[in-house]
Amino acid sequence: MNTTAVSLPQDPEITPAVIAKHGITPDEYERIQKILGRKPNFTELGIFSVMWSEHCSYKNSKPELRKFPTTGPTVLVKAGEENAGVIDVGDGWGIAFKMESHNHPSAIEPFQGAATGVGGIIRDIFTMGARPVFNLNSLRFGAISGDGPNVKTNRRLFSGVVAGIAHYGNCIGIPTIGGEVYFDESYEGNPLVNVFCLGVLKHEEIARGAAKGIGNPVFYVGAETGRDGLAGAAFASRELTEESKQDRPAVQVGDPFKEKLLLEACLELLTTDAVAGIQDMGAAGLTCSTCETASRGGTGVEIDLEKVPKREVGMTPYEIMLSESQERMLIIVEKGKEHIVKEIFEKWDLPYAEVGVVNNDGMMRVKVGAVTVAEIPARQLADEAPIYNREVSPKPAPVALKNLPKTDVGCALGKLLADPSIASKVWVYRQYDHMVRDGTMVLPGSDAAVFIVREANKILASTSDCNAIYCALDPREGARVAVAEAARNLACSGAIPLAVTDNLNFGNPHKPENFWQLRECVEGLAEGCNAFNTPVTGGNVSLYNENPAGAIDPTPTVGMVGIIEDEKHVTTSSFKDAGDAVILLGELGNEMGGSHYLKVLFGRKEGIPPRVDFTKELALHDTLRGLIRQGVVKSAHDCAEGGLAVTLAESCICGKKTLGADIDFAATGLQPEVLLFNESQTRVVVSVAPAHADAAVAFAREKGIPARRIGTVVGGAQLAIKADGAEYKWPVADLSATWYGSISSLMSEA
Amino acid sequence: MKAAVIRFPGSNCDQDCHYALQRVFGISTDYVWHKDSSLKGYDLVVLPGGFSYGDYLRCGAIARFSPIMKAVTDYANAGGLLIGICNGFQVLTESRLLPGALVRNRSLHFICEHRFLRVGATDNPFLNLAQPGQVLNIPIAHGEGNYTADQATLEELNANRQILVRYCDAKGTVSEAANPNGSLNNIAGICNAGRNVFGLMPHPERACEARLGSEDGNVIFQSILKYLKN
Repeated sequence: MNTTAVSLPQDPEITPAVIAKHGITPDEYERIQKILGRKPNFTELGIFSVMWSEHCSYKNSKPELRKFPTTGPTVLVKAGEENAGVIDVGDGWGIAFKMESHNHPSAIEPFQGAATGVGGIIRDIFTMGARPVFNLNSLRFGAISGDGPNVKTNRRLFSGVVAGIAHYGNCIGIPTIGGEVYFDESYEGNPLVNVFCLGVLKHEEIARGAAKGIGNPVFYVGAETGRDGLAGAAFASRELTEESKQDRPAVQVGDPFKEKLLLEACLELLTTDAVAGIQDMGAAGLTCSTCETASRGGTGVEIDLEKVPKREVGMTPYEIMLSESQERMLIIVEKGKEHIVKEIFEKWDLPYAEVGVVNNDGMMRVKVGAVTVAEIPARQLADEAPIYNREVSPKPAPVALKNLPKTDVGCALGKLLADPSIASKVWVYRQYDHMVRDGTMVLPGSDAAVFIVREANKILASTSDCNAIYCALDPREGARVAVAEAARNLACSGAIPLAVTDNLNFGNPHKPENFWQLRECVEGLAEGCNAFNTPVTGGNVSLYNENPAGAIDPTPTVGMVGIIEDEKHVTTSSFKDAGDAVILLGELGNEMGGSHYLKVLFGRKEGIPPRVDFTKELALHDTLRGLIRQGVVKSAHDCAEGGLAVTLAESCICGKKTLGADIDFAATGLQPEVLLFNESQTRVVVSVAPAHADAAVAFAREKGIPARRIGTVVGGAQLAIKADGAEYKWPVADLSATWYGSISSLMSEA
Repeated sequence: MKAAVIRFPGSNCDQDCHYALQRVFGISTDYVWHKDSSLKGYDLVVLPGGFSYGDYLRCGAIARFSPIMKAVTDYANAGGLLIGICNGFQVLTESRLLPGALVRNRSLHFICEHRFLRVGATDNPFLNLAQPGQVLNIPIAHGEGNYTADQATLEELNANRQILVRYCDAKGTVSEAANPNGSLNNIAGICNAGRNVFGLMPHPERACEARLGSEDGNVIFQSILKYLKN
């Protein structure tokens, strides 16, 4: 083996302390020496530390991720093959989509942390040759209400993250059309920022991130390399501590204008025949893009750092290789077509440079002029990180509630609607341009975002879901519910689910309880994805989400995409017309464990969370879609946090106009708290014209779905609910003011 | 009849404008690159929304100096029809093709939502099919749409009936409560004294299809079509 890589005079000596500081264990260091046949120099040690971080290598989660279903007749590019998976949507069109986390950077610097998260996921999508058409996000913060000690900090993080996402998405011109935001003390100091992007492309436009063609030149395009984001992947793969603020250099700074130029230039370049391979420089920057393209191509790549465009002088090879400066791409160009790259990147006023060449020795070789500063077998670096089977230790099974605390039912609905996790997120999505690209058919705030992709003439629905309280109490069941709820949200919008991307947010995997949660959640997600026939096309694992008080609640966020076959099937959650019948599809339910009723009113996260039966769930969705196809469904809204009462209230107030409703459950034999606020799964409230009510109920019952007419949209000024001889009334104007205004009034408090 | 949509590197509503003009209204439409310097042969020029050159400085402050803006200015001074939407409006005020300036929204937040606009003067190429006082439902999406001008300019705008649309409520009442961004006198869009240059913050190209929630933007494009046909 060639061992020409030299150590540089300024390099620190490789001591056990230096190795440990890089997060490399003694065993891993042994393995590195075996791969190299010698000791690594400082640059090489840095390269291994980022590539073998959890963020890049999935070394702790890979054995678990293999449990996901990843294949199916519509899968064009599988999970893990490329930067993002690709799914066939018919007529020669495909969609590339993925979710990714930027949790740790956002904890330290919320605006840039979130902004660069958006930038990164967008690059993952256009690297595939797809034009990004919309974004979603799933955000979690500590409490922003109440008098806890960290409320102000949590508000600052929340407002910074939202502003960062808006800054990047609005400028680049990709609409942010939906998502979810939750607030819970478990995220204090460690918010979750999961961002999702979806793009469209023709099947023949799928681009590959492989360094193909010996002798082909390797181009660096986009922003200059600076010292920002040094070793961010490694930073993301350890716990946040009091000292983490000193890691601010590990947070990158985003330039959405530059990314807009890069996006247009790359998509223009991909329409030519000049590109042999393309890869974005995200986590682990130049390091990851060179060794991964070489590994995928079964080739080697040699680059010269003197040729890399740099923002600063005096950067060491270590810094250049580990920088995570944003808005950069690596492109393998067909030899002889270099002039095309030059023309296009000059047109868009973007830096570009030929920095290297594809060769046949399987090495990732980094030079500074004539001096080799790193030389590592590419495949072993990129794909042969150690894999760990971590120890698991089950948490005790959740205990059934002994007694249900009672409260004033009238006030309880108001308190639930005011809870920031349930309240309208208009304060958030008003800051996002959610209409650019002229395709947003259902505005944010309904069960799923619906977008028509004009170029493909396809209507897509998309949602992200996860109730982490359920996951904390019972990780497997919580994950199963997350998939079921995502599929239900799509069904309520008139869509058929296609595929899933996931973002697994957990605590330190070295703690057996955390790893047990990860395993349970993955298995729960896999069960769900199998049940709904939605393969996982990729995603992201974010571990080490802890603060000094402990790990976050396990949060396996599910991003699900579906297709709506006909424009007429697009359905929203708000009541439409006075006189319409209100029908409950599904049971009345009775599960109070893990409910928001307990959490919001009593501060209790306990009990056995609701169970989901996939056979029943699927039958419900098919029935609902059947009714939608018949053209009778005027609104559909799923029952989730806050139960039936919240569902009914939201349907009254979330449309263009508020509409009151008279609901009568007759005799149920349930305590009113249970009837109104239980969170049993597999339930949807629909409204239909009165003439269709009986037929709709009969149709559902024929399909084996419990169905009953529970009332009428009366259009007056109040929501009235009768049950078991009691009657509750709420002015819809009050419900509306509470629901829409809650977050904005909290955020305007000094 | 031929339209040009100017493409700055950071334009991001260029495709939406192109779609509205060409597909919805059947006007043959070209993209014109910011490094070009000619607008010969066009009957309508659109400065679309977006972030022209990143707009990290004042919005539109750099776009003003781009090669194409010399051609746009000559075209407008010769009486050509020119419409600037959102960032396009900002570019027009920075270029002094329209008076006043657009500053940060009062809330300091970017705001994206449907808004009602009350039509002012209709004796111009952009609203000749609308009724004075008509209420249009058209979305806004901007961080710097707070229109401001000095008293003399405001008086001139009023005297010349240059204020074409103001923010109002669903009933058409122009009030402080209906003002999303702090704009002076609820101004959402104005034209120049020659009535051939129109700048507005709301996005009529996003309100051209019922399936996207509103078709009220159509009246602007149909008015332009009618004017050009005559």
